[in-house]
Formats: sequence, C-alpha cells, structure tokens
Amino acid sequence: MVKLPIYMDNHATTPVDPRVLDAMMPYLTNQFGNAASRNHQFGWEAEQAVEQGRKQIADLIGADPREIVITSGATESDNLAVKGVAWMYREKGDHIITCVTEHKAILDTCKHLEKDGYRITFLPVDNKGLVDLDDLRKAITDKTILISIMTANNEVGVVQDIKEIGKIARERGVLFHTDAVQAAGKIPFNVNEMNVDIASLSAHKFYGPKGVGALYVRRRNPRVLLTPIIDGGGHERGMRSGTLNVPGIVGLGKAAQIAREELQKESAELFRLREKLRTTLERELDEVYINGDLLKRLPGNLNMSFAYVEGESLLMGINDIAVSSGSACTSASLEPSYVLKALGVGEDLAHTSIRFGIGRFNTEEEVDYVAGRVIEVVRRLRDLSPLYEMAKEGIDLKSVHWATEG
Amino acid sequence: MAYSDKVIDHYNNPRNVGALSKEDPTVGTGLVGAPECGDVMKLQIKVNEQTQVIEDAKFKTFGCGSAIASSSLATEWVKGKTLAEALSIKNTDIVKELSLPPVKIHCSVLAEDAIKAAITDWKKKHDDNGK
Repeated sequence: MVKLPIYMDNHATTPVDPRVLDAMMPYLTNQFGNAASRNHQFGWEAEQAVEQGRKQIADLIGADPREIVITSGATESDNLAVKGVAWMYREKGDHIITCVTEHKAILDTCKHLEKDGYRITFLPVDNKGLVDLDDLRKAITDKTILISIMTANNEVGVVQDIKEIGKIARERGVLFHTDAVQAAGKIPFNVNEMNVDIASLSAHKFYGPKGVGALYVRRRNPRVLLTPIIDGGGHERGMRSGTLNVPGIVGLGKAAQIAREELQKESAELFRLREKLRTTLERELDEVYINGDLLKRLPGNLNMSFAYVEGESLLMGINDIAVSSGSACTSASLEPSYVLKALGVGEDLAHTSIRFGIGRFNTEEEVDYVAGRVIEVVRRLRDLSPLYEMAKEGIDLKSVHWATEG
Repeated sequence: MAYSDKVIDHYNNPRNVGALSKEDPTVGTGLVGAPECGDVMKLQIKVNEQTQVIEDAKFKTFGCGSAIASSSLATEWVKGKTLAEALSIKNTDIVKELSLPPVKIHCSVLAEDAIKAAITDWKKKHDDNGK
C-alpha cells in the first residue's frame, strides 16, 4: 500500500530527514545563543555547533572547514561566487565563461554583470546536455577571470565532466566555480580531485532545511578572494556578514554527514529504482524519449517526454503524485524549459516532458504505482490527442501547416 | 495551480471525445493551434443541411487541463445551436463558465477559434458544392 500523495520531485526540494530535525531541535529551543556572542556559554555552545556543522560540510566535499562560508542557500552562494570574483578581480579581467543550461541564479547574475560592462560567454551544450571541452578551451582569453559550470543539472540531471573542466581552468590560470547544488550528497564530489576552486551547496536539496547553504572558497593553490555581496559585521572572514543561522547550519551539517555516510548505498538504490521506472515506461508506452545523457546523470533523475501528451494535462491526471514538467503551461511565464531548448528538444516535445526526481524516501512500491498511473494517464490523454491520432494515421506532423484559425 | 471544479470535471469526464468522418459532407473540421505552442484543438461539427443546426460535435485536444476543458465545453455548447448561434459564442463566456485564471484565457480563445474554424470548413464545403 502506498501513502498518497507521493512525492517524487526531489530536485525541487527534499523532505527534512528526521535525524536532521533531531539534530536541529536543541538550537531551536534551549540552545538559542548567537554564535558571535564571545563572552558567555550561550554563544560558545552556538559557536561549537557551527564549527561542527562546518566540519561536516567540509568533509562531504573534501575541503577544509575554514573554506566553508555559510549563506542563505544556493542562490546567494551563486551570487556571491560570481559577483564576488567579478568585483574582486576586475583589474585582472572582465570576461566570464558559463553555460546556457545553468540555473537562473547564475544566468541572471551574469546578465546583471553584463549590464555593468562584463563580457559573458554562454557555452552551448550538445543534445545530451554536455559542454564541449574544446568550446571551453577556445573561449578562454587573457581577460577571463571565472568559469562557472554546474556539476549536475537540476532539470535533466546531466553531470558535466567537472574534473576535466577544472583541469583546463587550472592550466589557464582561471578560477573555476561549480554550482554543486544537485550533485552534493548524491554523487561523489571532491573539490581537490575535481580541481574546483569555488562551489555552491544548498541544504534543502539533500534532506536538510530550507534557507541555508554554503559556498566553498579555496584557501590555497590558488587562494580565492571574494568581494562580499553583503556588508555588515564581518562574519565568515568578512565574506558574508550576518548572524549565523545556527539551527540551519546544524541541519546542513547533519544532512551532509548522513549524505556522506550513505551516498554509495543510496545512489545505487536510487539508480535501481530510476531504471525500473524508466524501463517500465519504455516497455509499456511508445514514443517516449529521455532528455539528457542517460549515463552521465544523477541516479535519481528521469526527465522524459511523452509525445502527443501535454505536460500539464499529464500532471493533472496524476494529481496524487508530485513531479514537475518542462511544459510552458506549468510556468508562470508561459515559457517552455530553456534547458530542454538548449538540448535541442523541439518545443512540441518540451511541452510533453515530465521530470521525476526519486529520492531517499521513495520506495519501490511507489515507483511501481507511479509507473502504473503515468501509463494509464498517458494512454487516456493520447485517446484525447489530435496529434496522436494524426501520427497514427501516418501524417508527418512536421509537414503540417499549423494555422490558428481554420 | 488550482483548477475550478468545472475544469476538473471536464478533464475527468470530457464530453464528446472522438472523431467524425472528415470526408462526410455534413461534417466541418476545425484544427487550430500548434504543437510548438503546446495547444492543438480539433473540433468537428455535424450540421443538418436544411436547418443549419449542429446535430453532433466531437473534439480532441493536445493541451493543458484548461485547454481540454475549454474545447470539451465548446462541443457541449455548440450542440443543438444553429451555425449563427455557434458563431456568437465568445471566449469570455468560456472563461466565465470555467473560472479560468488570466494565464489560461488563451485556452478559451483557441476554443472560440476552433468553433469558427469548424464552421468555416463546413461552409467552404457547401460553397464548393453550391457552385
């Protein structure tokens, strides 16, 4: 028996692991001190909790605790990384290289800097969602001060070759930032092995609370300096002022610790469940397509297009299951997914895409139930679909002249 | 996204899903929208030649819940109306009936277009025959 509704949208957010909540509770009740209060026990206890959290976060990514800056989440971390480098290294250069499939927190930050006179190169991706390393090499100039490319994409789950990108950046003396938000805690991620200088993390993507994240900032070889985006009391070595979110940090730390300890076993299980979902859908339905590379991918991610069935109507039909879609109809702006567009997925197929994000708390029973419901609803909606009807009649939809009136 | 009860009802129990024969001279077919836009509606009417009353209507839609509901409602409304009466159906009537939010108004516009397209198609068949 499955408990409804089923949550299978773990790229949007994840539930707080009960163990994380337990760790946080004392700091939301009796141990409420400000970690910056240096003169009494309340402050010392808070500081100790923060330092423990910092160590747990650092251990997850192979860093030193002194290299962890606490932020309010990934968006702030991304802003701090990109603006922080841009403003600090302005004398050295004004060129930043990033990628078209980045999260808006990176893209919009870059566009903001562009208005201020910086030059941005947005590298394309191939139809598997991967950045071409030669494109990257060719894009680097003597004015390039930052390369920012995400480790794993939030929509299609595709994982870039971060180690190689980092190597290229090192060779050319350019700082390398990666948005590791979807990757941390899900796949092995080590800042030294992968030649990463700066990395963004977010607690609520790996079973921690919302509203807290971190930025890894390398201390040596090279030493990374950042101009802060928030001024104030000088917290976090001057890089991020503001009273520390002690309970949040404790939660982030605990989540990181659990993720590190359980990563191998969990990722194998998520992969198994994801493959079961994928193969079941592919077996029972015709004309379904995976968006993004299947192998270089987060284990729990499945982004699939169901031809001739619009995404929002599919979500409506499986209303006891929480997933998301790349269809324009599901976005407030009525624009289809720019990530799918960058992969070359036609707009018609983009409208039919569904993103499944299997996570720690999903069971095999849930996966079976979801597969069954999706198959049932897709079949029902295809009966309603004039496009499916035309395709079955042998009409090539690409040759049809579509008019908005008669 | 919160749907009105009527939209949910049409989605779960769509009226008049199916197809009429395109070649049948009493049938008018309207195909509007485009796959790239995420909305395609096919609306067909069967018209009594003498009375010009729409005796039957069928639809198929590729689109969101509001689009499906709009076209389903459209087939309900045109049945039993004369062509002139069907032409007077406004998208705003559909918006009101289904309580569509602003971001979904275009679905109702497409449904209105589908009705008009079906009628235009029927008329074209009959102008040709008349010649």
